[in-house]
Amino acid sequence: MSVLVNSTINGDNVSFSCDADETLMDALRNRVGLKGVKEGCGTGDCGACSIRLDGALVCSCLVLGAEAEGRTVETVEGMSNGAELHVLQTKFLEHAALQCGICTPGFLIAAQTLLEKNPSPTETEIRYALAGNLCRCTGYDKIVRAVQDAAVVMKKGRKK
Amino acid sequence: MVTINIWGALRPAVNGAASIELDATTIRDLFEKLEAQYPKTLPYIEEGIAVSIDGTIYQDSWSHPLPTDAEIYLLPRIAGG
Amino acid sequence: MNKETKFTERTFKSVGTRPVRPDGVDKVTGRARYGADYDMPGQLIGLMLRSPHAHATIKKIDTSAAEQLPGVKAVVTSKDLPDLTDGDTDLKCILENSMARKKAFYDGHAVAAVAAVDMPTAKAALKLINVEYKIHKHVTDVDKAADPKAPVLHKDCFTKGVEPAPVKPSNIAASSEFGHGDVGKGFDDADFVVERNFRTEQTHQGYIEPHACVASVSPDGSGELWVCTQGHFVFRQQCAQLLGMDMAKLRVTSSEIGGGFGGKTHLWLEPVALALSRKANLPVKLTMTREDVFRASGPTSATSIDIKIGIKNDGTITAGEATLRYTSGPWKGSWAMLGAMTAFACYDLENVKTTGLEILVNRPKTTAYRAPSAPMAAFAVESVIDELAGKIGRDPVAVRIQNAAKEGTQSSYGPVYGPIGIGPTLEAAAKHPHMSAPLGENQGRGMACGFWFNFGGQSCTHINIDIDGTVTLTVGTIDVGGARASLSLVVAEELGINYEQVKTVIGDTGNLGYNEMTDGSRGTFASSMSAIMSARKAIEELKQRAAMMWDVSVDEVSWEDGHARATGNSNLPPLSIAEIAAGAGKTGGPIAGHTELNADGAGVSFATHICDVEVDPETGLTRVIRYTVIQDAGKAVHPTYVEGQFQGGATQGIGWALNEEYIYGDDGRLQNPGFLDYRIPVCSDLPMIDTQILEIPNPNHPYGIRGVGETSIVPPLAAIANAVSNASGVRMTHVPMSPPRILAAIEEAETTTA
Repeated sequence: MSVLVNSTINGDNVSFSCDADETLMDALRNRVGLKGVKEGCGTGDCGACSIRLDGALVCSCLVLGAEAEGRTVETVEGMSNGAELHVLQTKFLEHAALQCGICTPGFLIAAQTLLEKNPSPTETEIRYALAGNLCRCTGYDKIVRAVQDAAVVMKKGRKK
Repeated sequence: MVTINIWGALRPAVNGAASIELDATTIRDLFEKLEAQYPKTLPYIEEGIAVSIDGTIYQDSWSHPLPTDAEIYLLPRIAGG
Repeated sequence: MNKETKFTERTFKSVGTRPVRPDGVDKVTGRARYGADYDMPGQLIGLMLRSPHAHATIKKIDTSAAEQLPGVKAVVTSKDLPDLTDGDTDLKCILENSMARKKAFYDGHAVAAVAAVDMPTAKAALKLINVEYKIHKHVTDVDKAADPKAPVLHKDCFTKGVEPAPVKPSNIAASSEFGHGDVGKGFDDADFVVERNFRTEQTHQGYIEPHACVASVSPDGSGELWVCTQGHFVFRQQCAQLLGMDMAKLRVTSSEIGGGFGGKTHLWLEPVALALSRKANLPVKLTMTREDVFRASGPTSATSIDIKIGIKNDGTITAGEATLRYTSGPWKGSWAMLGAMTAFACYDLENVKTTGLEILVNRPKTTAYRAPSAPMAAFAVESVIDELAGKIGRDPVAVRIQNAAKEGTQSSYGPVYGPIGIGPTLEAAAKHPHMSAPLGENQGRGMACGFWFNFGGQSCTHINIDIDGTVTLTVGTIDVGGARASLSLVVAEELGINYEQVKTVIGDTGNLGYNEMTDGSRGTFASSMSAIMSARKAIEELKQRAAMMWDVSVDEVSWEDGHARATGNSNLPPLSIAEIAAGAGKTGGPIAGHTELNADGAGVSFATHICDVEVDPETGLTRVIRYTVIQDAGKAVHPTYVEGQFQGGATQGIGWALNEEYIYGDDGRLQNPGFLDYRIPVCSDLPMIDTQILEIPNPNHPYGIRGVGETSIVPPLAAIANAVSNASGVRMTHVPMSPPRILAAIEEAETTTA
């Protein structure tokens, strides 16, 4: 059975139809074409498909497509302001916080959510906030440093 | 003549010898003469044998020369992740 | 032209800097396309049916009901993949593994596959396939499988490499022996001898991207394959052979790769995707779930290692002996041999003997995992060396320095070493502030060394000088973690231009000659060597064109800082690469440089790791609280990505040491095929990973580059075990050192002393 879903995705009104038992991850990837939402496990263990649903960080593989009805969805594709990258995106590049890059969209969304709630996190707070996202390449060192650096820059930006 | 050192698993194919003498001037020549004199080595050559010449391991450069005073070891072909 | 691939001392301008990678923006904005991110018009969805049994004969497969389901376009079994391997035993294993033939050899072994218009139809079709199995006794444990009473997987498996050849089949597929001297005499000379058995459990590479491909085979026999792989040229060759296709007619394009670590050097589902597409006459997308990845794509070996090392009171190691048993899944691999070769490679030993045994078990086919087989061997050797240092009351670093291999040492696997870095990494460790930092209660420090070969192999690169003076470098080695940045730096260096002027891309199999995989830490080493040679050819061409533009002889043209200079006539202003390229159409057409070579002489690599842990004596939980990696990288092209390789390898080793393991039930089924129960390290488990890069130039590379990627996974198991021993007083001989194992060891030690 198919359902028609109306959502606001990365700021735009978007309608898509999906199967009633289809995950939001599959719907975003295969119906809306947002392939930046990655599948690493499909069971909510790796965080590669992390998105924000009404501002809350979720694994989109644990949400049904139909649940996005009337709600706001944010993915990595909506993170930059046009050609201007988000500070986190820039810092991930500068610190080489990615090697293969498959986990990167999920980490960026998780880190963005953290810094909005807590603009000056400690290293430990960053590590726990990102503990739901798996990275197999970096050992997390450069990811944590990128988030720390981004927090400093974003705070300066707000003071201006 | 060059002295060729043989690793353990290949020794049964060269009558148990730890090293053999061959009149070979290149890696290709070495494999041709090895097979001719010790036919049981053929499956190993087909599977891939690496040649260490003075400590540098060559896996594919069959035209590489074998200096007569060089230290030569045959080794299994190395793979990696 | 300078064709010399040997190292020459030079001062670098670009190499050694840390620019942003060329593929970076795509990866932080979601644009980068990985295996599952690509669709072909009209594509079908493929799904695999997998054996629930660890060891069973397939008596019958009835696919008729599935075939009749509306929307199903193809069903394939092993009948659709006839044996075209023509005596190639490695290829035969790949064929048997990609689709079970007479027997299913492990829980998760593919037995059939379907292609349908959508996922729900494909799922429904799988349920309609009826497989009749005859179940056999199975064996998953390494020591049990080596026992003569174990159920034998293959009746035609006679141990290879022993004389006389065995007359009875067994699960011991191969034996390989290395060493020199007389170990018996060496042990007689020792003041202390330690002999122990060590065990390590099977771990998975754990790349976050599951395997995925899209295959399209046309009725004219041509085909396309989009796939996440560490080596698309190898995949093309093997797929074409298995499918009976002409290699030139199969075009393989590598996607961005979401981690590999060795696991994507092997075909798993690609031949099946091609077979489905050929039968359905439509493109087919085939992906693995995470459960499939764990059950049916190659993990590393589980091992059981007997080890014996002798030492004199003065610290000299007199002999080392090891028998190393590696599981290789249901078919022979080459992993035990590598363990036997690497075990004692860090040391200068008069007497050494190692035997590697390849053990067949009812588990998925093993494939390479970052320095395959070396970490387990190092775990055993480095643990015992620490124990022996304790017995003679010496500092473990000092004992290692005393016995370290150096230039001129005969290695434990045979050849004599050239210039190597084990001594310098140990000296750096001894001086490192981490070594003298204070420790708290229940904390301990450990260190260990590691060795890996690295290799080079066949490579082909192409450089195009575009008419605006920018440069495209096309390589055939997959970029697993920033190689495009490093290769752009190398070309910028050689041409004397800015990094930003160079764009490195990965060509598909139609663009370049054959390239071996990105494995064995070869990607940057081999492709950079080839890229330098291509750049030198392009420079020769640029000089020719400048000579034509100036009407002078090419002998009077030199190349400096990205410009042609007329050496005989100072009145002629230098011509930039852009100026020469702009006129290329009038001086002979496009300007390019092309190279194909065998990049031999990769140069061996060594590392020393230092680790502090805290062990909770109540729960057995171990936390890594500080970690330092010291490794010889040769010339570090992009130091940030070198650090990244050090940190990533160390972290995989930490996971292996403390958490990760395949757990099989008595029924032979994998009990933890998911990231919830197979727990890889998460961000909150770890401290920062400190790194120190040593740059001992590789004499066999023009810039002195060595392979970097793999060595960092070799020392952690032992470094952590040594730290745990110093923190808790118990010597752990079984990895992973999970809380129950550590607790049991602590309790046993208390019972023994009480």
